[in-house]
Amino acid sequence: MNKRGYFGNFGGAFLPEILVATFDELERVYTEARNDPIFWHDYEQLMSSYSCRPTPITYAENLTRHFGGARIFIKREDLNHTGAHKANNVMGQGLLVKRMGKTRVIAETGAGQHGVATATMAARFGFDCTIYMGEVDVARQRPNVFWMEQLGATVVPVTDGTRILKDAINEAFRDWVTNMDATHYVLGTACGPHPFPEMVAWFQSIIGKEARRQFMEREGRLPTRVFACVGGGSNAMGIFSGFFDDDVELVGVEAAGRGLNSGAHASRLCSDDASVGVAQGYKTYFLQDDDGQMRETHSIAAGLDYVGVSPILSDFKEKGRVRFEGATDREVIEAVRLTMRKEGVIPALESAHAFARAFKEAPTMSPDDIILINQSGRGDKDIFTIADAMDDPKWKQFIIEKAKQYHA
Amino acid sequence: MLESHIRSRLKEKKILLMTHIVIGYPSLEASLEIVRTMVAAGVDLMELQIPFSEPIADGPVILKANQNSLAGGVSVAQCLEFGRTVAREFPIPFLYMTYYNILFKYGVDRFVDEMRDAGLKGSIVPDLPPEEADGYLSAMQRNQLSPIFIYSPTTSEARLTAIAKVADGFVYCVARKGVTGDQTEFSQSLDAYLARCRTATGLPLALGFGVKDKSDIKFLEGKADIAVIGTQALRLIETEGIAALGPFIRDLQT
Ligand SMILES: Cc1ncc(COP(=O)(O)O)c(C=O)c1O
Repeated sequence: MNKRGYFGNFGGAFLPEILVATFDELERVYTEARNDPIFWHDYEQLMSSYSCRPTPITYAENLTRHFGGARIFIKREDLNHTGAHKANNVMGQGLLVKRMGKTRVIAETGAGQHGVATATMAARFGFDCTIYMGEVDVARQRPNVFWMEQLGATVVPVTDGTRILKDAINEAFRDWVTNMDATHYVLGTACGPHPFPEMVAWFQSIIGKEARRQFMEREGRLPTRVFACVGGGSNAMGIFSGFFDDDVELVGVEAAGRGLNSGAHASRLCSDDASVGVAQGYKTYFLQDDDGQMRETHSIAAGLDYVGVSPILSDFKEKGRVRFEGATDREVIEAVRLTMRKEGVIPALESAHAFARAFKEAPTMSPDDIILINQSGRGDKDIFTIADAMDDPKWKQFIIEKAKQYHA
Repeated sequence: MLESHIRSRLKEKKILLMTHIVIGYPSLEASLEIVRTMVAAGVDLMELQIPFSEPIADGPVILKANQNSLAGGVSVAQCLEFGRTVAREFPIPFLYMTYYNILFKYGVDRFVDEMRDAGLKGSIVPDLPPEEADGYLSAMQRNQLSPIFIYSPTTSEARLTAIAKVADGFVYCVARKGVTGDQTEFSQSLDAYLARCRTATGLPLALGFGVKDKSDIKFLEGKADIAVIGTQALRLIETEGIAALGPFIRDLQT
């Protein structure tokens, strides 16, 4: 019996026995697909006709002028169908579900983007769909809950634990161990037991492959530094994978929440608060206490509010291939405001972490340098949170009026 | 040795009874009282669950017990101390049940050494498959403790045999798909599954997940060696209190 799915010291498959056969099946189907060139071709076709691939890179001329350092480009994953990079992974897994002949999908979601993407995929492929979402996230991402339900999914609010993303993952696993014959668990990020980290990173690599080609075509060279936000790490793995073998600096930006010393953050790789552990089926850095109990995390961005992180990124951290930094809630709101005003682009709160850090570094770089920011998603879903943070009086009045109408 | 103890008990009883508690739920004092009541009522072995914040294989009842215990501030050190106390005080074998991160963070060797010193007989770690268990297995072997591994209805023949090679004491057969606490159908397919398990290992077989009353236990007699009562006892404690455990457990065995 051999260990599988390790990236240096991280990864593995710490599975309850009941799921071992299910993971064997998944690994087999995934490996077949990966070795089948037609599969990737079909996948690209699907993504170009159903989503919006290739997504462009946008030169952010005004931001560049504003900061006066490196030239800033944005990879526009927000233009994907459903508004985030999550679509790449979900449609890929949907093709695998078809291969496996299963009829039902389940998923966890934090920000709701992965839930919406999964519900969309289920509608298109004709699968039954149940989405697990922490009660706290249900409350702060209501627009996405609305869409999931309209798309035909059942949304189950999870009331256990900290009632956010990690708890939704636990509930999804509990569903899966009961219903695995007909059900596939569409895990939303490059975490969890093998083969999920590798498989999700593979689907997301479509981002990096495109970005690399686009830079070579447009600029005849590669960017100097690439920034991506890191929740579980799937969008980061996606864009980074275009540049792993190049002389390009890769920067992963985690949620520093109220500050790295505040205890209220979700920084596993750029803070000293995390340590190596094994939970939710894999070994990686977790925000946990000395007994190994997972701690509460905090981020203004629901999609970054997770205790673990991709084992692949933990390995890159140890090997020094990726640099990890944090961005605070406040810096993130400022970055959203600036990006909207200067470029007419609304990044998701998650993505805005990458913007915030890039804005810090851009002025210190030279005009010969190029920054690439992965805009993993669009900010429409965050309208309530952003309006709150900006304390917008007209929006508040609108909500009050709307509430009055419902009460009447 | 756990296996020989089980075998000698089986000369006196047709099937043994193993119960499960979550240490610290509803409180450490109550846990001690629960153990005392269960042992007095004739329980043969006990699993002491060290609570974990992410118990992915447990259903809602045990999940809540884990969370309540942690919310009450129970630490791993207190759980180890609790194990020492009950193993000293009561004459039955005790096992720890917990998730791998608890051992991993404590240090697997240190955890297992302390388990031996405390007088426990083995442990059940449901998210630690044999593939990942090298360090744990050698620590257990060094201390002559029993690593209890799990069979499930989805486990292939080849895998049943491979697991048997590293298992010791007994094998825990999960009755069905799903988490702890749901209904289990005690039917012919369960017979067939237990027969497959029997062929794969010479170790005693425990059957758990969904065992809740006397008829379930009667059904298992002659097919399994140990019946495991988990969620049902917790439910009883919640609805009727610890005192109700004595009559409940006595009745299961008559
Ligand atoms: C827009 C967006 N970006 C980023 C993330 C973080 O996930 P990951 O690190 O897997 O890309 C999420 C997660 O929900 C998201 O919705």
